[in-house]
Amino acid sequence: MHEQGDATDEPALVSNRVMEIVVALLLLGVSAIIITDSVRLGIGWAEGEGPRAGYFPFYIAVVLGTASIAILLKAVMGKGEGLSEAFVSRPAFMRVITVLLPAIAYVGAVQFLGIYAASAAFILFFMIFVGGESVLRAICVGLAVPVFFFFMFEKWFLVPLPKGPIEALLGY
Amino acid sequence: MEEVASLMQGFSIALTPYNLALMFIGIVLGVIIGVLPGLGGANGVAILLPLTFTMPPTSAIIMLSCIYWGALFGGAITSILFNIPGEPWSVATTFDGHPMARKGQADEALTAAFTSSFVGAFVAVVVITFLAPIIARFALKFGPAEFFSVFFLTFASFVGMGRGSPWKTVAAMALGFALAAVGMDGVTGQLRMTFGYDQLLNGFDFLIAVIGLFGIGEILSSMEDGLKFQGSQAKLRLRVVLTTWKKLLAYWSTSIRSCIIGCWMGITPGGATPASFMSYGLAKRISPRGNNFGKGEIEGVVAPETAAHAAGTSALLPMLTLGIPGSPTAAVLLGGLLIWGLQPGPLLFVEQKEFVWGLIASMYLGNIVGLIVVLTCVPFFAAILRVPFSIIAPVILVICAIGAYTVNNNMFDVWMMLVFGVVGYVFNKLQYPLAPLVLAIVLGDKAEESFRQSMLLSQGSLNIFWANPLVASIMTLGLLMLLWPLASSLRARFGASRSATA
Repeated sequence: MHEQGDATDEPALVSNRVMEIVVALLLLGVSAIIITDSVRLGIGWAEGEGPRAGYFPFYIAVVLGTASIAILLKAVMGKGEGLSEAFVSRPAFMRVITVLLPAIAYVGAVQFLGIYAASAAFILFFMIFVGGESVLRAICVGLAVPVFFFFMFEKWFLVPLPKGPIEALLGY
Repeated sequence: MEEVASLMQGFSIALTPYNLALMFIGIVLGVIIGVLPGLGGANGVAILLPLTFTMPPTSAIIMLSCIYWGALFGGAITSILFNIPGEPWSVATTFDGHPMARKGQADEALTAAFTSSFVGAFVAVVVITFLAPIIARFALKFGPAEFFSVFFLTFASFVGMGRGSPWKTVAAMALGFALAAVGMDGVTGQLRMTFGYDQLLNGFDFLIAVIGLFGIGEILSSMEDGLKFQGSQAKLRLRVVLTTWKKLLAYWSTSIRSCIIGCWMGITPGGATPASFMSYGLAKRISPRGNNFGKGEIEGVVAPETAAHAAGTSALLPMLTLGIPGSPTAAVLLGGLLIWGLQPGPLLFVEQKEFVWGLIASMYLGNIVGLIVVLTCVPFFAAILRVPFSIIAPVILVICAIGAYTVNNNMFDVWMMLVFGVVGYVFNKLQYPLAPLVLAIVLGDKAEESFRQSMLLSQGSLNIFWANPLVASIMTLGLLMLLWPLASSLRARFGASRSATA
């Protein structure tokens, strides 16, 4: 895929047009799911009760479907500004991935390590390997932030957050 | 002058040392939130909301609304100094603010921006003071049909006033309504679109959506440009502030016009962002120096900033009086009211007088505190921007995750936050508007409820929406808003073909 018009001269990974079509199709899919479920619940009028549970979502889904078809048609026919431009270039997408994947790992780690330890690990990892900061700086920020939040939430505001083995070791 | 007496009583509530301290903290936090990428008024307030549950409601809302004012102020700093709009409503401020900074007039531009923000907000608060009790009294007589018509107008305004594709606005809105419908149906008790997942029983919490869409989404967008981030110095000298104030007096007509646009767009939820663009566009057309706009004209800073703040502030008026927020941040504040057990709407003015007038009084004080804070602390806030993004990004992500968790003490929400983050990133790039999506998630249940109640009353006939002059005129206004993009595109096409043949 070699689209023209990418200002940064980085190769485009995917064009706006393709993304427009993908998103419109996804929205159309959502609309179809809602319509199916609304029909199951009943989209009509229950005698003596009024509109059934699926009544309102059904019409919302019809509106959503109509709008996504309109967006889809526009994108397919190539109408609209900047459709041929890059949605994201390959290097830019890689940079997004370098934050998204660690973020997913981080949320996964919260379940096992507790939010404080996972946060420290995430900040350390990100600053050293993605940001290229010095290890010393990373350790300072990586420890200061969770410790600050620990006192803020557990002590001052008394809002308990998920804790893991390390906090248990320290007696919390 | 019952309002003045109530307001004075409000001042006595807001003017305690504790509340003043909260105001100060709120403003400083708000400016920091407005300056940092990935944190904005809406998600900043959403993240801090759970921390205020232990405070008295009046103090809590004073602090949260001050965060909102602070974020409104903060957006201008990044726009002018770095050409990075910290908030969507400051985009129009970059047009002339940043060129001024490049010409070495950063202090003038900042003073103009802060002062206009203050003027806009102040006028909007005055409007709220005198208009809100009237609207609330009026709204006491509202039935479900009237409420639905106001919801309808709210969402139609997004379509009519939006700057992007109207279809995308409609799609974003419908998606929001669909997300709101997930979970248990309040009327019949049936489960809708949960497909057997227990986590979906309570539906999607809009606070999670706000944190994900605005917070994570923005971090992802910022990452695209890489981690390099150029900061610069800024100082504000008192002498420049005073000379700029003298200059600003000449732009009184622009200020008044921008205030009117802002208040109008804030009350009928167009929102701060379109208000700022509309005001900038009008100023450019009307001003004798319109041709210089975009090259660093001070009037080009005054117009959008005044309108954005007037709109941002007056967005609280429908939130308080009708329970219908005019902006995502107002929606988050509304969520807070509900959690504190306060039902926003006309009855709030009758039953919670102290709360309402304490809040309104705090708006006056908060904006004065805000103006002083931003004028004196610009170097400090600019220094925050020099912190490398490789530190800011992971810390903000952690803050968002903690914020998402504390909403319902639920890990599923943190996962949903990431999903909403990706949606926000993609929607942003394809110019799907996020504000109507968020408002639809917030208002979905209520809009549906009022619609179903109206249908019950009328036994299924849509005529109920044209049953009396009030509801009919609101509905008609809404329909006009909906058809506005169609009409203007037809006009554009017709006009273009005519000029082509001529």
